[in-house]
Amino acid sequence: MNIHEYQAKALLAKFGVTVPRSKIAFTQQEAEEAAKEFLADGPVCVVKAQIHAGGRGKAGGVKLAKSAEEAGQIAKELLGNVLVTHQTGPEGKEVQKVLVEEGRNIARELYLGMVVDRGTQRVCIMASTEGGVEIEEVAEKTPEKILKEYVDPAIGILPYQARKVAFGLGLEKKQVGKAVKLIMALYQAFLTSDCAMVEINPLVVTAEDDLIALDAKIGFDDSALGRHKDIEELRDLSEEDEKELAAARFNLNYVSLDGSIGCMVNGAGLAMATMDIIKLYGESPANFLDVGGGANAEQVTAAFKIIMRDENVKAILVNIFGGIMRCDIIAEGIIQAAKDVGIAMPLVVRLQGTNADAGRKILSEAGLNIITAEQMSDAAEKVVAAIQ
Amino acid sequence: MSILIDKNTKVICQGITGEQGTFHSRQMVEYGTQMVGGVTPGKGGSSVDAIPVFNTVEEAVRKTEANATVIYVPPPFAADAIVEAVDAGIELVICITEGIPVLDMVSVKRFMEGKNSRLIGPNCPGVITPDECKIGIMPGHIHRKGSIGIVSRSGTLTYEAVDQVTRLGLGQSTCVGIGGDPVNGTNFIDVIDLFNQDDETEAIIMIGEIGGSAEEEAAEFIRREVKKPVAGFIAGVSAPPGKRMGHAGAIIAGGKGTADEKMEAMRSAGIKVTDSPANMGTTLQEALA
Repeated sequence: MNIHEYQAKALLAKFGVTVPRSKIAFTQQEAEEAAKEFLADGPVCVVKAQIHAGGRGKAGGVKLAKSAEEAGQIAKELLGNVLVTHQTGPEGKEVQKVLVEEGRNIARELYLGMVVDRGTQRVCIMASTEGGVEIEEVAEKTPEKILKEYVDPAIGILPYQARKVAFGLGLEKKQVGKAVKLIMALYQAFLTSDCAMVEINPLVVTAEDDLIALDAKIGFDDSALGRHKDIEELRDLSEEDEKELAAARFNLNYVSLDGSIGCMVNGAGLAMATMDIIKLYGESPANFLDVGGGANAEQVTAAFKIIMRDENVKAILVNIFGGIMRCDIIAEGIIQAAKDVGIAMPLVVRLQGTNADAGRKILSEAGLNIITAEQMSDAAEKVVAAIQ
Repeated sequence: MSILIDKNTKVICQGITGEQGTFHSRQMVEYGTQMVGGVTPGKGGSSVDAIPVFNTVEEAVRKTEANATVIYVPPPFAADAIVEAVDAGIELVICITEGIPVLDMVSVKRFMEGKNSRLIGPNCPGVITPDECKIGIMPGHIHRKGSIGIVSRSGTLTYEAVDQVTRLGLGQSTCVGIGGDPVNGTNFIDVIDLFNQDDETEAIIMIGEIGGSAEEEAAEFIRREVKKPVAGFIAGVSAPPGKRMGHAGAIIAGGKGTADEKMEAMRSAGIKVTDSPANMGTTLQEALA
């Protein structure tokens, strides 16, 4: 689960990470009022579009204002409009709120992030002098500029590790203490909130030698949300795919894609493999959908409905490997669901595993227009042929 | 021979009185697995069919001499269950549970350093040595005793490979599901190393997917150490970057962990990699020829 910049900053501030003063605004007037407050203390303020995507600056979603009127004007232009960044996809995302923030005297822009590193199976602190640039780009072009420290979970982060990072970033003596405090606070936030990823980019050093999180991005471990009701409340449903949300309510794992063949599969690996084989036969999958090991009639019905909400879908491929769950029972579930939903497009069903022959027989005798298949290649070929 | 488990393996089930635990314990007994006990705190003294239930893993081990455990405990309590099993000295800990918080697993792995236990999973189908012992949720009857070792990050995709191998008239020495989580107990290299040393295993199928770099590391290991034929498949060549594909660990992050990179690394290590999940069995046959 991801949250907005303003929510991430509020969360990090609670743990002692220094962030700029800011206010969230839903209207032009609110933006003006917030700007007035900050402009009383400095010459500029910043208006930042709040959407769940990076690359906002380059896309025109972050702008400086020298007067309250100007801040209001920027807010007016952003609010209710769609912002397209390299991370949003071509359809972009609608801006529903802006963050108005005090301006600071930036001396240096750095990068600070934390992730769970899969190789070492530990939390990894990453820092770089190349702030304001995407870390993937730094990793690609100048990997030597990324400092890494791994935290032993048995003892937690120690000050010397934070000092290594601070000195490695070339911070001056009077800045190092502040950096250590900030890095230790960030680790506590990461651990306490079950984060999957935290990124402060840029982390700025001001002319006054302060270290401030000028931007903040947090991704949480979905598996741990159950123990963080307060974090779950930060979820902004309008930022998430509507079909993915609907699927989650039925314990279905669904990811929207842009092809024309809807897929329903049991198991994540087989679901990915099904997408791959569709591609191999010359078409593209419309989605990833894992109905889980059970695949009962209720879930299958919900899955069909979700797949058919996608206007690009021209045919559906159901690929089930029946293990403990028998294929004849699954076949009955599919027939029930297909009748309930009323599928008016080619439906190819591939059943394999326990009682597969009986399952296929039930499907072909149901009087519905279901094309059955035995092997995956066979199924992919049939579903691709059905729409060409 | 086989790897990890055989007919002498004595198994307990943690979470045996839960719906999943009871159902799969019965399936395991039916397959012929020696299920010697179960653990559910507070239900010690009762039994599931003929399987005695204990309050703690320590007590279960003391009274049954179990050397393997299978865990069906719900995600918030699963890390505790794994550590309890390791602390009780169980050699093989197989965790089926999906959805354990990642930071819980980070701590579990740290705890396991220097211990004698091996963890398989979490978020995996388990391990099976056909006709001898089945520990997990896989359908037993699709397997057939033989000489092909299978290791995979996925559940149903492994069944698919097993089915293809069985249909070709071949069989499996042992099948190991290492699970779809980003922080797991045992990786490809560990299992492939075991298969490499196992006399009964003549060839290996490895099934990977997008995310992380375990397949690349295994490919390097195979290039250096493995003389047996290896066939492979990587799921997710059509998956978009930045999207989690069902498994917590199946995500292309920052342009890393793509299927193409993995297949390239595997091919250059001499592994026969197929583009089609329908051809895992036949590709293995080609590797054997």
